[in-house]
Amino acid sequence: MIYREAGDFKTSYAADAQAFPIAFDRNAYYALLAVAFLVVPFVINDYWSNAILLPFLIWSIAAIGLNVLTGYCGQVSLGTGAFMAVGAFASFKLMTAFPGLNILFVVLLAGGITAAVGILFGLPSLRIKGFYLAVATLAAQFFLVWLFNKVPWFTNYSATGQINAPVRTVFGQAVTGAAATAAAKYLFCLVIVVAVAIVAKNLTRGRIGRSWMAIRDMDIAAEIIGVNPLVAKLSAFAVSSFFVGIAGALYFAVYFGAVEVTDAFGIRVSFLVLFMIIIGGLGSILGSFLGAGFMVLMPIALKNVMVGGFGWPTDLAAHVEIMLVGLLIMGFLIVEPHGLAQLWRLAKEKLRLWPFPH
Amino acid sequence: MRLTAWAALTAATILGAAPALADLNFPQLSYRTGPYAAGGIPFADGYADYLTLLNERDGGIGGVLTRSPECETAYDTTRGVECYEQIRGDSPLVLQPLSTGITYQLIPRVTEDKIPLHTMGYGRTSAADGTTFEWVFNYPGTYWDAASIIVSYLRDENEGSLEGKKIALVYHNSAYGKEPIRTLEELSKQYGFTLTTIAVDHPGQEQKSQWLQIRRERPDYVLMWGWGVMNQVAITEAANIGFPMENFIGVWWSGAEPDVLPAGMGADGYKSINFTGVGTDYPFYADLREHVLDAGKGAGDGSSVGTVQYNRGIYAALLAAEAARTAQEIHGVADITPEQMRDGMEALNLDEARLAELGMEGFGPAVQVTCANHRGPAVGQMQQWDAEAKQWVQLTDWIAADDSVIQPLIAEDAAAFRAETGMEPRVCPAS
Repeated sequence: MIYREAGDFKTSYAADAQAFPIAFDRNAYYALLAVAFLVVPFVINDYWSNAILLPFLIWSIAAIGLNVLTGYCGQVSLGTGAFMAVGAFASFKLMTAFPGLNILFVVLLAGGITAAVGILFGLPSLRIKGFYLAVATLAAQFFLVWLFNKVPWFTNYSATGQINAPVRTVFGQAVTGAAATAAAKYLFCLVIVVAVAIVAKNLTRGRIGRSWMAIRDMDIAAEIIGVNPLVAKLSAFAVSSFFVGIAGALYFAVYFGAVEVTDAFGIRVSFLVLFMIIIGGLGSILGSFLGAGFMVLMPIALKNVMVGGFGWPTDLAAHVEIMLVGLLIMGFLIVEPHGLAQLWRLAKEKLRLWPFPH
Repeated sequence: MRLTAWAALTAATILGAAPALADLNFPQLSYRTGPYAAGGIPFADGYADYLTLLNERDGGIGGVLTRSPECETAYDTTRGVECYEQIRGDSPLVLQPLSTGITYQLIPRVTEDKIPLHTMGYGRTSAADGTTFEWVFNYPGTYWDAASIIVSYLRDENEGSLEGKKIALVYHNSAYGKEPIRTLEELSKQYGFTLTTIAVDHPGQEQKSQWLQIRRERPDYVLMWGWGVMNQVAITEAANIGFPMENFIGVWWSGAEPDVLPAGMGADGYKSINFTGVGTDYPFYADLREHVLDAGKGAGDGSSVGTVQYNRGIYAALLAAEAARTAQEIHGVADITPEQMRDGMEALNLDEARLAELGMEGFGPAVQVTCANHRGPAVGQMQQWDAEAKQWVQLTDWIAADDSVIQPLIAEDAAAFRAETGMEPRVCPAS
C-alpha cells in the first residue's frame, strides 16, 4: 500500500534508470543519508564511534570490494587480508614520506597502489578458476604478510614491526591519531563509504558490471558474445583491490592508529570478509553492508547484552557468544541461502502486495 | 534481528554509562578464552583475589573499596580497543592489558585521555623513559632487561665468556616477540655469540619446521619469547628432538606451570626467568586463604593458586594498590582520580620493609619509580622446572640488567618516538 510502484511515473530515461526507481526506497535512502550526516555526528560518543560505527563502515568498504570480485565477477578470493595490508602499509609509507599530503589523497593513493598489486595477483585468474584460484589468492595472503614482516623498509625499520599513523587533518580537524574526535573520524569514513558505495553501485549497473556478471555466469558464453575476459577479470581485480586497499588504509590510519601485520591482517581477516559477503548476499551492495553489520556488530551486541545486561562472567559470555554467532550464521543460511540481501528482496516483494496478496 | 540488536546495544550502553560509584576502579582487560587463556586466567584470578583481600580484610585502600570489572579481550587487538572504549568513561585508575599488541594501541589513547597504563614486564620497552611516556609504566622490568639478564646469567655459566657460542631465539611473530631482538643483536656484538632468530606465527600450534631448524643448526642455547599455547608446543617439541632442557631458557611469560606440564618428564630442567616468587609459602597467603579463598570469594576455581601467573597477578595488584595508597597520601584524598593515580605510580617506593610488613618478603623485587625512570629495578631471577615434584625451583637471587647496554637503547627508541610524534620530552626534577 505504502511501498508501491503504481502512480510513480517516469518521464525521462534518466529517471527510469536511477539506482532507486521506487519513490519509497529513494526517500528512505535520502532520509538515511540525512540522519547519518546531520544527526549522528552530533550525538556520537567515543564508544559508538571507535567500537561500533568505525569498524562497521570500514568493514563495509572491504565487503563491497570483495563483493565486486567474488559476488559480481565470480572470482573467489582469500587474499582480502593481504590486500588490506597493502593499503595500510601504502598509506603508512605515503604519510611518512610526504607529510604534507592530505589524508584523503593518501587513502585514495593507497587504494591505487593496492589496485596495482591486485592486478598482479589477479593474473592467475586468466588461467585458473574456482577453488584453484582461491588457493592462488591464498598464496597472495601468505606471501604479502610474510613480505611486510620480512622487509623492514615497509615499517620504516621499526624494531617491533608495528606501524603508527601520524596525526593528519582534514579542514583543520584531526582525523587520525588519538586526539581526533569521534565525529571527525566518523564523518571522514562516512564520506568515503558513501562515495565507494555509489561508485560500486553504478559500476555494477553499467557496462563493466554487466561484463563482470557475464563472466561470472558463464565465461565461455561471455567470450562468445564479445566480453573480453582479460579486461573483465583484471578490471574486477583492480576495482575490488582499490576498495579493499581503501578499507585497509582507513582500518590502520583512522580506526586503529597502530597495527602489526600478522595480528591485524592475517588469514582470519580474509575469511571474515568472505563470510560477510556470503551472509550479506553475493552480488549485492546492500548485502555488503548487512553482512558487515552482522559480523561486526552482532558479537559486540551479544557481549554487551550478556555481560552488561545480565552480568554474566566474561569468559562464559565469550564462549556463548561464539556459539550464538555460529548458530545465527547457520540459521540465516538455512532460511535464506542467498543471504540477508535476498531476505530484504523477498520482504520488498511481499510489501508491494501488502495488505492485499493474491 | 538487527533492530533488536541495536535496541539491546543501546540499552547496554545506557546501563554501562551509569554514574561511577565512590570506589577505586581497577578494571581488567583479561582473556579467559582463546589460545592464550592458559596464562590469562590465573593472572586475572590473582589480580582480582588480591583486590578482594584488600576489601575483605582492610576495607579497601585507605578506607575506599576497590572493584575490578573485567572485559574479555581474548588477546585480540580489536576487542581490546572495544574494551578500552567501554572502560575509559568509568574513571579507571590503571589499565593492565597483559598484551603487547593491545599496549601499542593504548599508548597514544591513554596519553590523550590521561589514564595510567601499567605494562608490567611487557609492552613497549622504551616506555621506561618517563620523560617521553608520561602515562605509561613498565616496572619492575622490560623485555630488554630480560634479554640482558638471561645473557649475563649465561655468561656466568660459561666463566664469563660467550665467545663463539650459538644462541637461537624462538619468538612469537608479533610486536611482543620481536621486542628483544634489537637488544640481543647488540649483546651478540658485545659478547661475540652468534644469534639466530626463529619466528613462530600466532598462535604457535605448529612448530615442526622451527624445531627441525634448531635440530640442524645445533645452537648451544635456545631462548624463547612465547606466550600461551606456543610455550607448551615449543617445550614439547624441544623434548621430542632431545634438546638439553637446561640450555633452553624462557622469558618470564614462558615459564609457568601450564607451559611445562604437557611435556611431562621431558620438560625437566627447563629454565625461565621470573620476577615473582612461586608457591604459597608466604605469610600473606594465610590472610588470602582466610578472607578470600576459603570464604568462597575467589575469582577462579582455586586450582591455579600459587602458580607463577597467579602470583604475578597478585604482584600486579599489589603494585597497583600500593601506588593508589601513595597517591592518596600525596593528594590527601581517599577517592583518587586517574591523574592522581599517575602521580602515585610515579612516586611509588615499595621497599623491602613494606614488603615484609605485607607478608610478602621475597615475593617480588622492591620497586622504586621516578619521574624519569618508569622501569623500576629491572631485575629477574632464574628458575628451573622440577618435573618430578612438579614445581619451579629458584636457582639464583635477583640478577640486574646491564644498564650500560639497555639505557642507550631506551634513549634511542624514545627519541625515535618523539621524532615520529613531534613531541618534546618533559623535564623531570633532579632527584
